[in-house]
Amino acid sequence: MHLKKENINDQQFTIKILRYNQRQNNEFYFSDYSILATPGMTILDALLHIQELQDPTLAFRYSCRGAVCGSCGILINGQANLACRVQLANLPSTNILLEPLPNLPIIKDLIVDMEPFWDAYRKIEPWLHTCVDSQNRENLISKKELEQFSLYTNCILCACCYAACPVIARDDQYLGPAALVKLYRFFRDPREQRDQQQSLLQLNNSQGLWGCDTVFRCRDSCPKEIRPTDVITALRRQFVSSGLIKFFQRIRGINKK
Amino acid sequence: MLIYDIIIVGGGLAGLMTALGTITDYKIAVFSKVHPLRSHSLAAQGGINAALGNVATGQEDNWEKHAFDTIKSSDYLADQDAVELMCQMGPEVVYQLENWGAPFSRTLEGKIAQRPFGGAGFPRTCYAADRTGHVLLHTLFERCIKHQVQFFSEWLVTQLVIKDNLVQGIIALDYLSNELKVFGARAVVFATGGYGRVYQNSTNALINTGSGISVAYRAGLPIKDLEFVQFHPTTLAGTNILITEGARGEGGFLINNQGERFMERYAPQRMELAPRDIVARSIATEIAAGRGFDNSSVHLDLRHLGPEKIIERLPGIRQICIEFAGIDPINQPIPIQPGQHYSMGGIATNLWGETHVSGFYSAGECACVSVHGANRLGGNSLLETLVFGKIIAHRLPLFLTERKELPDINYLDRALTTEQTRLQKILDRPGDLIYTQVRDQLRNILTNHVGIFRTGDLLKAALSSIKQLRIDYQRIALRNKDKFYNFELLNLLELEGMLDLGEIITCGALAREESRGSHARLDFTQRDDLHWLCHTIANYTPDGPQLHYQEVKITRYAPQERKY
Repeated sequence: MHLKKENINDQQFTIKILRYNQRQNNEFYFSDYSILATPGMTILDALLHIQELQDPTLAFRYSCRGAVCGSCGILINGQANLACRVQLANLPSTNILLEPLPNLPIIKDLIVDMEPFWDAYRKIEPWLHTCVDSQNRENLISKKELEQFSLYTNCILCACCYAACPVIARDDQYLGPAALVKLYRFFRDPREQRDQQQSLLQLNNSQGLWGCDTVFRCRDSCPKEIRPTDVITALRRQFVSSGLIKFFQRIRGINKK
Repeated sequence: MLIYDIIIVGGGLAGLMTALGTITDYKIAVFSKVHPLRSHSLAAQGGINAALGNVATGQEDNWEKHAFDTIKSSDYLADQDAVELMCQMGPEVVYQLENWGAPFSRTLEGKIAQRPFGGAGFPRTCYAADRTGHVLLHTLFERCIKHQVQFFSEWLVTQLVIKDNLVQGIIALDYLSNELKVFGARAVVFATGGYGRVYQNSTNALINTGSGISVAYRAGLPIKDLEFVQFHPTTLAGTNILITEGARGEGGFLINNQGERFMERYAPQRMELAPRDIVARSIATEIAAGRGFDNSSVHLDLRHLGPEKIIERLPGIRQICIEFAGIDPINQPIPIQPGQHYSMGGIATNLWGETHVSGFYSAGECACVSVHGANRLGGNSLLETLVFGKIIAHRLPLFLTERKELPDINYLDRALTTEQTRLQKILDRPGDLIYTQVRDQLRNILTNHVGIFRTGDLLKAALSSIKQLRIDYQRIALRNKDKFYNFELLNLLELEGMLDLGEIITCGALAREESRGSHARLDFTQRDDLHWLCHTIANYTPDGPQLHYQEVKITRYAPQERKY
């Protein structure tokens, strides 16, 4: 069957994988696997090949193999990415290093415990807040309004940004990029009825709005090109400007007295 | 032992819809072999059908016309009462998801946008660019977080426990604690998805092994119409990643190596937007006649749509083409080929999602209501998941008020012991084969012998090969005996079910001596309503599936010739 980039026909790759098993002696070590790459072969294809034919003890997550489900986030040569979306041919060398996503506890090999990531996601109450549950008709939303938030609904919650974030590395209580993107997605949705100022007030700390170092690691690692840093900056701006409005309102109130 | 009112197996759209409809009144749990947000529902791209009449050319649309298109596309095998119910409920569930936050694309007036789709008389398919499944699944999961639905993620359900035709619970393998555990339930809902990975060339996620269908089959549930396998016309050549029907809905052309829009030969009126079975067969015919590229693909050409439309309506498709094929559809045609995509058949249910076993329900791709008959209309699978997930949630209270008795704990414990023994035997089994050898052969047989075009000889050969694979299966030994995140063990457990499903598909296809919808027999090229206007029902026996037939429910749409 014909396929895309034909430039690596039958080239030998060495894949080095960080190994760990929570249940067995808790030691880290590396395993090297040698693999003959076929055209179009992705890192996920290579991992499956290794698991099926070379080492059935190797563990990693996968599902869609089409870069839409977010299961297979790992570090590829130190860069967080989806294993299914990176082709061996596009990597600079035939030596490839694979490690589990940082900032999350390792369970086995490339499988991490995603619970801290989901915990941050749950903390921002990631659902549309409305008074009526369902009204059997649609809300009207203009294309322009939709454009305000549709990019942020593309997030697949793969945690690549969470893993790349240097702030989480030093403070595991920081919400991280994905959760803040999710919050912003609802803030910009014209159907949303939560008290945004109240939500921002709760995040007025270094684990929420003010944690970000603005070093763009999340932006660089996002497979969906979502630019979380922009979102975090926008949330900060919204908080500051609404705070200023309140401040002036209060001053005006005092003056009236 | 944990006991629930309702256990839902499967965290895709159908499962979550049922969960959301029952969470406020019952103690429920959702089991899933992956985190729910990794379910295959999210890979749906093009949209969900509902006769909203939101665009100018669709104002004459209504649910009856939607029902007619669905029934005609099904080649008259769908049960018409079920189709009518689904199409009537279309607008309601689409509005519900919109109200819950799904970011549907919009018309200029701000209404939910609708695009043309194959086999549909009007632009009826509501969409969110080309990521409709993704946004619907995230919307439902978000509501599940709100309502604090309890999830058991990364658990493989291996047994459905039934006593005296009454459901008792499930047995599941926890990837993490490395143990089989038993859970009691007054009702169980299977929403476990399709079996695409029984085939080699599937669009499906790698996790789609059909394990829920085979677990139900082994538990004695009848399986309906499994020989009807949908091949999607446009999958990316080589990887078979789905390229949405929306690409043709937006105006894409199918072109052969002669530069012809060849659909003119096969469906002169509907052209590229004929139903999937017809377009898939047309492409396969062109390739077989030497009019393909590299003898394996034809081109899906979007270039004339222009960059703006492609970027607005088909951004995900563009990203897939760039990432997986190294081409940009703005400048180059996409090499595509048909690939296995969807299972019309599944666990037999009535139009309320009820099965032959009291307290056991099924919805979504793993179920066969049947609303798709012999060929599913594009845009109806998402609709089916939401509608029947919701219907089951409405029906469950009726059953649960009647069922007073709790699950039989002693019976469940005994079932667990039996299952533990079975698992231990598999772990201890000596052998000289590894699971991929049997799995890959099965996939090859299904793809090459039970594919788009079938003949009696090919099917007979397939059946005897599958029987041999069953024997070979017993020779597979595990190299990895650890039960902690042991994917070899999980794959081996699921492989047995895949063999079951492959056998049911093949038996049904061999017996059905006609061509109807997706089931195209080169030795019986006509539809035969006199003998075959009926559902295939397969029941488990140790010697293979036992088939019998059941009549199709016709309400007001008399079978007629299917032309496009």
